Amino acid sequence: MGYIELNNVSFTYLLAKRPAMENVSLSIEKGKFYAILGANGSGKTTLCNIIRGFIPNFYEGEMTGEVMLEGKPLKDYSMEDLAPKMGYVFQNPFNQITGARDNVFEEIAYGLENFGVPVDEIQRRVERVMEMTNTAYLAEKNPFELSGGQQQRVALASILVLEPDILVIDEPTSQLDPKETERVFDIIRKMKETGKTIILVEHKIELVAEYADHVIVLENGKVIDFGEKHEVLSKLELQDHGIVLPQSVVLADKMRKQGMEIEPKLVTRDELKQELQRKYGR
Amino acid sequence: MALIEFKDVSFQYPNGFSAVEHVSFSIEQGESIAIVGQNGAGKTTTVKMMNGLLKPTEGTVVVDGMDTRSFTAAQLSRKTGYVFQNPDDQIFHNTVGDEIRFGPQVLGFDREKTETLVKFAAQVTGLEKDMDENPYNLPLSIRKFVTIASVIAMDVDIFVLDEPTAGQDQYGIRTLETMLKILREKGKTIITITHDMEYVVNNFEKVMVMAHKNLLRVDHPRKIFMEDALLEESMLIPPYISSLVKDLGIKEDVFTQEEIIEYYLSRK
Repeated sequence: MGYIELNNVSFTYLLAKRPAMENVSLSIEKGKFYAILGANGSGKTTLCNIIRGFIPNFYEGEMTGEVMLEGKPLKDYSMEDLAPKMGYVFQNPFNQITGARDNVFEEIAYGLENFGVPVDEIQRRVERVMEMTNTAYLAEKNPFELSGGQQQRVALASILVLEPDILVIDEPTSQLDPKETERVFDIIRKMKETGKTIILVEHKIELVAEYADHVIVLENGKVIDFGEKHEVLSKLELQDHGIVLPQSVVLADKMRKQGMEIEPKLVTRDELKQELQRKYGR
Repeated sequence: MALIEFKDVSFQYPNGFSAVEHVSFSIEQGESIAIVGQNGAGKTTTVKMMNGLLKPTEGTVVVDGMDTRSFTAAQLSRKTGYVFQNPDDQIFHNTVGDEIRFGPQVLGFDREKTETLVKFAAQVTGLEKDMDENPYNLPLSIRKFVTIASVIAMDVDIFVLDEPTAGQDQYGIRTLETMLKILREKGKTIITITHDMEYVVNNFEKVMVMAHKNLLRVDHPRKIFMEDALLEESMLIPPYISSLVKDLGIKEDVFTQEEIIEYYLSRK
């Protein structure tokens, strides 16, 4: 029995012609990092919403099948029980930022206030998370005056501060520059090390190859592949489904075709580097 | 004379925040240029001065012989089209078709020219099937193409694209690449801000590196991604092959997948 289980889940948005999610079954282990890949429109955000329970609660449409969390149907959890357990970072940070407070510090503290956390603990947790997400210098700013990248970091901070067991994160780095993006992945890695379960939508394949444990590949609302990252990301045929593969996989394939002896299933730059050093001395 | 000429340009926002300091460069007709650098480096402020959305507070910006301080943004926008970072900053119509048609209509193009431009714009951005859709029913990545198509339909000579690759999947990146090729063949000048170094390597021969409000370097990506000090100063992360070559301690000039394979085959 998985930590989170999807059993034959389908969902069709109201008035939509075809299902956004079709017969999806997945088993997610506690404390692992799952990356969701797929073309835009393949159902990545829908899957996140289903796992978080926003579908069917906040979206109209028809859902069949069942989602289980720790052996109990997700629909039997109240929103109050679920909110501290599962954090969701939206794709568009505008949707995350409540605007209920007029500076970034209070925006990040807002969720904890709602959970009734004591003031000194709020102070401590918010400061820690601002340090982690490089948002401390924005503390006094109005959340709506921030750049896209700054908003994205504040949105992430406002969820991290709640310290949920499960983090569902939808494209957290689309507005970030490369260094900021690495910082976000570093934060996610640290979250995983503290036992959190991570479910992440991300197009940046090199970072997925480096950080994720498992990969879920979607196409037209269906899971077309799911498994350990080395197994999934080394399948060249996924390119025919519009999936970008890590450059190590593509380069190693070309090297093999030129007669070089390169082991299969190397997905990160570091793995290919080590193989090249082993076989060719450099 | 260059198509775009920045001479010792600085820009300070009205609140006193200085975003660009003493930047000089020139861009020739038909060039295709990537501007890279960290958030806050001054990239967006720089490109906004190319179509008069911002006027330099010091120095001069001349676009096709026009000193931008002597022309309105409306006049300059006939020459330079700007695609915003966030598509929702520039979408106002109920259908994709109306949105794309709006520009050429406002510019007073006749019906035939308007329709030819709209058709071309929809074609190169892959939007032909979405013309009757409400833009807000389309994913953000496709909405970005709606704003690009709107600018193409205005028949401008200079395209400024602010982070077109953000949030794009493989289909989106390929569409962008094909589109750039077609626009270049038509002699258009293209200036793209991007964080995607693989996109830079695959599509641009000239790169402007910005950092802390300054222009550090204009050069071929092959040169730029080999210079550790420059990369460090601008906080850039080099593309895959350059990083791999560096990790492996290869000193030779190796920049593409083909070159690294050749390197190994020749060492055998």
